[in-house]
Amino acid sequence: MTPLLELDGLTKEFRGPGGARTTAVDEVTLTVEDGETLALVGESGSGKTTLTRLLLKLLEPTAGTVRFEGRDLAGLSAAELRGIRAGMQVVLQDPYSSMNPRMRITDIVAEPLVTHDAGYRGRAARPRLRERVGELLTSVGLAAGVQDRYPHEFSGGQRQRISIARALAPAPRVVVLDEPTSALDVSVQAQVLDLLAELQQRHGLTYVFVSHNLAVVRQVADRVAVMRRGAIVECGATADVLGAPEHPYTRELLAAVPRPDAYRARAGATGA
Amino acid sequence: MTRTLIRNRLALVALGVLALLLVAAAFSPLLAPDDPAKQDLLARLKPPAWSDGGSLAHPLGTDQLGRDLLSRVIYGSRVSLLVGIGAALLAGVVGAAAGLFAGFRGGWLDRVLMRFADIQLAFPSLLLALAIVGFLGSGLWNVVLVLGFTGWVSYARVVRSEVLSLRTRDYVTQARATGVTDLTIMRRHLLPNVLPPLATIATLHIAAAIVAEASLSYLGLGVPKETVTWGSMLADGQLYLGTSWWVAVFPGLALMFTSLAINITGDALRDVADPKAYRR
Repeated sequence: MTPLLELDGLTKEFRGPGGARTTAVDEVTLTVEDGETLALVGESGSGKTTLTRLLLKLLEPTAGTVRFEGRDLAGLSAAELRGIRAGMQVVLQDPYSSMNPRMRITDIVAEPLVTHDAGYRGRAARPRLRERVGELLTSVGLAAGVQDRYPHEFSGGQRQRISIARALAPAPRVVVLDEPTSALDVSVQAQVLDLLAELQQRHGLTYVFVSHNLAVVRQVADRVAVMRRGAIVECGATADVLGAPEHPYTRELLAAVPRPDAYRARAGATGA
Repeated sequence: MTRTLIRNRLALVALGVLALLLVAAAFSPLLAPDDPAKQDLLARLKPPAWSDGGSLAHPLGTDQLGRDLLSRVIYGSRVSLLVGIGAALLAGVVGAAAGLFAGFRGGWLDRVLMRFADIQLAFPSLLLALAIVGFLGSGLWNVVLVLGFTGWVSYARVVRSEVLSLRTRDYVTQARATGVTDLTIMRRHLLPNVLPPLATIATLHIAAAIVAEASLSYLGLGVPKETVTWGSMLADGQLYLGTSWWVAVFPGLALMFTSLAINITGDALRDVADPKAYRR
């Protein structure tokens, strides 16, 4: 079976002022299987976000290919690409800037619907659209009635639920989650992660989960790819990579995670 | 606190003046006491009603051909408003479109449009308007066209710089990732966010266009001689400034108060659109 997403030798260089080149993504080869959660981890500046922009085709790669459902994204016409985009959605990190403050929740959530399904366009389709948006909002744990409100009336966690509802609207196969919980409180974080897991089961979704929080990654990911300076330094099953890291950088990352019991452990050791 | 209050009151007065002007332009035939073109050579250069020799038949006096100045000032508001609003609309549409595309698409389109804007800015705009009118010929719609096309640059620059910051917003990224077309992104996400600054520039541009029309008409390159405009009235009046000041002064005052009112409204609009700018 062909993997859902295949990245092959993917490279992105940015040209800075004066012609200086920075390689943000360096020959990344990676596959994402249908139905799994692949976590991309690494410190900020390691190229995680650029990689997601490449696989969403928001940036053109300098070299290499992205294949979705076996089709090379580079060779597609604008119309074909639009069709593919319905199958790939994204939830961004900041729940405050990811919504147009002048739009109502109905229109925010409905944007992918209206874009991909002519049956949702126009005044006559409005009741149908509102009903569908209501369903989507209910499926992420919000009341269907909130759709007439504006984004600023919601908390960060609620907004992230709205973003998820929006991403689910065109019934995608893969959702890129770009640090979806890192702007949220810890308790809200857990709720959103639970919701994501539930939705993945219900809809058979594939997640590309970008994070620098290894605790979260341990909880949600089937496989982990560790990025450093644009390249993947280690990739494998979550338990293997986080349990017995092979690359020194992964070990470094793991060592940097604060342990909740560190103080107690040390106190016990000296007390004994 | 008092300053903002005064500003607001001033803006209210300005809005009142503008409303009055709109009424005058819309209902000129009803409001004007006389036909603005009717000549009465026996009543030439009559002073306003309140000075010696004036009469209530001509409240603001008459010009060198005995035409009623009040009626002419009222009728003149039509051309002024039409030219001002028409030019601002045209420039706004052209400038906003150029700014949106330049800012959002970037690349060669941006470079071409902005260099074009630079070139146009290098010419004094009135000189450019003169040249184009000389080429196209005079006439009301040509004047609107010319003043519209010489004014698009400021709209385009402001819209472009706003769009440069808006295009990196997450909701624009998300719309692009979803497959929303560029035109829809511009209409749905960018345009509504650039409207407040656009409206502010438009008010300033209306005032400038009204004055520019007056300048063109003063030079005899504006609208045809039969059409009453404040500019052509000023041109007529300058010959009599020494003996009959009122012929030039009343259209001049009308022009001044109109552009002042529009400018004040524009300032107030900017304050509303950007509450941070004046709260200090």
